[in-house]
Amino acid sequence: MESSENGPESAHSHLPPDPELRVKALEEILVRKGLVDPAALDAIIDMYQNRVGPRNGARVVARAWSDPDFRNALLADASDAIAGMGYAGRQGEHVTAVENTRDTHNIVVCTLCSCYPWPLLGIPPGWYKSDEYRARAVREPRKVLAEFGVTLPKDKAVRVWDSTAEMRYIVIPERPPGSTGLDQEALAELVTRDSMIGTGLPMEPQR
Amino acid sequence: MTRIHDMGGRFGYGAVLPDPDGTAFEESWHARALALTLAAGALGRWNLDMSRHARERLHPREHARFSYFEKWLAALANLLVETGALEIGDLLHRASDRTAQALSSHALKSEDVSALLGRGSPTTRDRQGWARFSVGDSVRACRLAENRLVPGGHTRLPAYAAGASGRVLCRHGFHVFPDSNAHGLGEAPQPLYAVAFPAAELWVNPEHPHDEVVLDLWESYLEPVQ
Repeated sequence: MESSENGPESAHSHLPPDPELRVKALEEILVRKGLVDPAALDAIIDMYQNRVGPRNGARVVARAWSDPDFRNALLADASDAIAGMGYAGRQGEHVTAVENTRDTHNIVVCTLCSCYPWPLLGIPPGWYKSDEYRARAVREPRKVLAEFGVTLPKDKAVRVWDSTAEMRYIVIPERPPGSTGLDQEALAELVTRDSMIGTGLPMEPQR
Repeated sequence: MTRIHDMGGRFGYGAVLPDPDGTAFEESWHARALALTLAAGALGRWNLDMSRHARERLHPREHARFSYFEKWLAALANLLVETGALEIGDLLHRASDRTAQALSSHALKSEDVSALLGRGSPTTRDRQGWARFSVGDSVRACRLAENRLVPGGHTRLPAYAAGASGRVLCRHGFHVFPDSNAHGLGEAPQPLYAVAFPAAELWVNPEHPHDEVVLDLWESYLEPVQ
């Protein structure tokens, strides 16, 4: 058995080249064949456009900052801990939380495709899927971080997590200074999407 | 050798362009392409590893030219024809064909979407035998990042880590083996490990002596280091 190859004559070349027309044509064919229900497509889009997003991950981080038992449970088995908050499913079946510390900064990439913890962070941003990020984050993470405006102290190590299997990673950033006394809701407001990928830091509370 | 999708460490790319506030689909057709791919996947004619491989084996020139969701669409059309869900004629004569068929019993229904996405497709399987490596063990990734079951087949060992030495950071249990599952050869679950590689093992000019890259690697990608 050999892997079948797809030359330029493969099936997709019979669809219109413009991507917008292409998706429309393919949808029309599949609907006509009874293989796809347009209402199901709308339901999928509604889910990712309106019901899943980085606020989910932010709530997890805020809780980890506030509740030591939850933090320990999250670091021991994140899939289980987040399922308890109602976060599970497609591209979040298996999750590991990695915690930034004084000594180590974590950053997540997928060099082979664009694996991303959808139930926690929602739709991946364009840059996460870009060739630039995927090629460079493993080899020169500090240069990439600088492009996000993040400069790390010289004594801090970077640990890059390349999502090569079905384990998805969320970074638990360091709790920002000046956030003592804030409740979980206020803390979650400080947690940016990029800080949970590792390309950003959480915001500091406004005094 | 791996394929063009294996991007890690490649030279020649420019700056990453951050987008701190962008959490929506960039184009409305992106949303439609995603939804169509998930709904067609729910027909059950292929698995996740097969769909990844279908994107990877697009012609290298197309792979380089297509944007992210264009790769998804092209791979989807190819998979639909390869698995017999559609015939080439369905694509060729789409403008003239007006015969509508009833919704298949295999088609995803809107009321099932939430459950389907909420369930996902877990890849952990019951333990089958013993895991060869323990946390802290020194291991080396295979020198050749190639599928050993199918020439040119799907694999998840990136070329940049091939032959590099690292240490086992944690064990993730037994997971479906993509090199087998992508080709309909069965799930063949294997122990999966997070392996930490010092940056100096991977790059001639590492940025910092303490930096590491962690990869999730299946047991058959690894050999012990004495």
